Amino acid sequence: MTNEAFETPNLLLALPEIWLLAMACVVLVVDLFSNDRDHGPAFWLTQVTLLGGIIITVSTQWGVDATTFSGTYVADSLGALLKIGILVLAFLGFAYSRDYMRDRGILKGEYYMLGLFAVLGMMVTVSAGNLLSLYLGVELMSLSLYALVAIDRDSSRASEAAMKYFVLGALASGMLLYGMSMLYGVTGTLDLGEITAAAAELDDRRFLFLFGLVFMMVGVAFKFGAVPFHMWVPDVYHGAPTPVTLMIATASKVAAVGLFLRLIGEGLLPLLESWQHMVVLLAVLSLLIGNTVALVQTNIKRMLAYSTFNHVGFILMGFVAGTPEGYAASVFYALTYAFTVAATFGVVLLLARKGFEADHITDLKGLNDRSPLFAFVVLILMISLTGIPGTVGFYAKWMVLKSVVEAGFVWLAVLAVIGAVVGAFYYLRLVRYCYFDKAEGEGPQPTGSGGFQAVLAANGLLVLVAGIFPGTLVAVCLAAFL
Amino acid sequence: MIELSDYLVLGAILFALGMAGIFLNRKNAIVLLMSIELILLAVNFNFIGFSTFMGDLAGQVFVFFILTVAAAESAIGLAIMVTLFRNRGTINVGDLDSMKG
Repeated sequence: MTNEAFETPNLLLALPEIWLLAMACVVLVVDLFSNDRDHGPAFWLTQVTLLGGIIITVSTQWGVDATTFSGTYVADSLGALLKIGILVLAFLGFAYSRDYMRDRGILKGEYYMLGLFAVLGMMVTVSAGNLLSLYLGVELMSLSLYALVAIDRDSSRASEAAMKYFVLGALASGMLLYGMSMLYGVTGTLDLGEITAAAAELDDRRFLFLFGLVFMMVGVAFKFGAVPFHMWVPDVYHGAPTPVTLMIATASKVAAVGLFLRLIGEGLLPLLESWQHMVVLLAVLSLLIGNTVALVQTNIKRMLAYSTFNHVGFILMGFVAGTPEGYAASVFYALTYAFTVAATFGVVLLLARKGFEADHITDLKGLNDRSPLFAFVVLILMISLTGIPGTVGFYAKWMVLKSVVEAGFVWLAVLAVIGAVVGAFYYLRLVRYCYFDKAEGEGPQPTGSGGFQAVLAANGLLVLVAGIFPGTLVAVCLAAFL
Repeated sequence: MIELSDYLVLGAILFALGMAGIFLNRKNAIVLLMSIELILLAVNFNFIGFSTFMGDLAGQVFVFFILTVAAAESAIGLAIMVTLFRNRGTINVGDLDSMKG
């Protein structure tokens, strides 16, 4: 921070965040004064906020490259792309969750408030141009998510999950901060741009710099849920209410990509050869552990938690090359993966009803007899997560593998492909349950309002469309880095 | 004269104590909260040490933000602990094992 005269920041550049903050306060006040037991006004205002946020982000930040608030806030295409992803995913999460939360008596105004603040934190994270704003964004996101996990306060499992998430999340923040303090000590600045410049011409203080880098890498890996810093993921996915799991599994993963890119991918790019092998190690461990443990899971939420590691491994592989193409591949992977997983949790929410979670894999048995449409949606989602050619998951994997091979890590690509083949077993098992098995007894019927079912079907079909025409999204991801 | 390295060593010791507290503690969950505070305190020492010796104020501004966030973090942690105690009747860390797989 300098002693220059105070300059009025250009508020227009940060309009998406300002809009979200203002509307979160409006939602709070409106919900206080509304008597609606279903919290309808809060719900609709939240959805309008998120959709409005998308429009504002596109119109004020796409194609721009500027900073404001003394360089602590960056408005650029990468931030805009990630923010749009986060807003869309949060929109889907809220759209799928209403009936579930109502049935369990946890549909409260706080749910929307905390959700909006978590989204705000994610947006600040992906637009950070300074260690301070990066840290504040991460904390705003994390603190809101801890509270959201515990929102079902009469559930013993949710409290336990929240406790684990809180302790390990706070530990991760502590690690991240310790690394940041080292970075500050070596470079004498908190500005990420100046840190990049300083990293390019390191001399005798290189050791201290790398010391900080290791701590930051651990912190970021915790937020990603990359092996070996993954202990919290299965329990949190399992214990949290499914809509909150959806939020953690989708939007916060996209934010973690932003965190990595801002802090390490772009901020410390001159030190590529120092952090490259750390990322390779994380990716290899994630690929190995995720698949083997996911094979034996019988709970869908736990299975998705373990299979997340496999996908996190792929996302990290995109970072290994340190090239714009590699980063674009990672962003493409993270966005399409999150979009697909959002629909998968949507199906779990669709089959859930009062007193019944529908989170056991056998609950999908005979889904085709009960609802051919949603059985088809599950089919699309699972073959896309597997990465069968013709699906969006395949293009995402292909882009990542291409960047890794170009960086000279052929063995890593081979390992990842083997991992993807193993993943086919547990993904396609769900398809088998849907189409070729009979339900035991009645089986859970699809519930939920027409709007929910329409959005979920659209989400599933869009995954299909994105697989047939991936070109536009690929071009957008590449444009964000060039 | 107190050198910069003295501050850093103090920070490192506090950080290590906090880490050890989180990983070795098998009893009371309150100790986890205290350990987290220790870690943040260690970071604050680092920032203040660097900031003083470099004559740059930004580090001390950062410390104010960390203090504020730490307070919010403790509040949320304690709130979660209260729900845990109401549901379980215990905040023993060793009992947090209801989910398996």
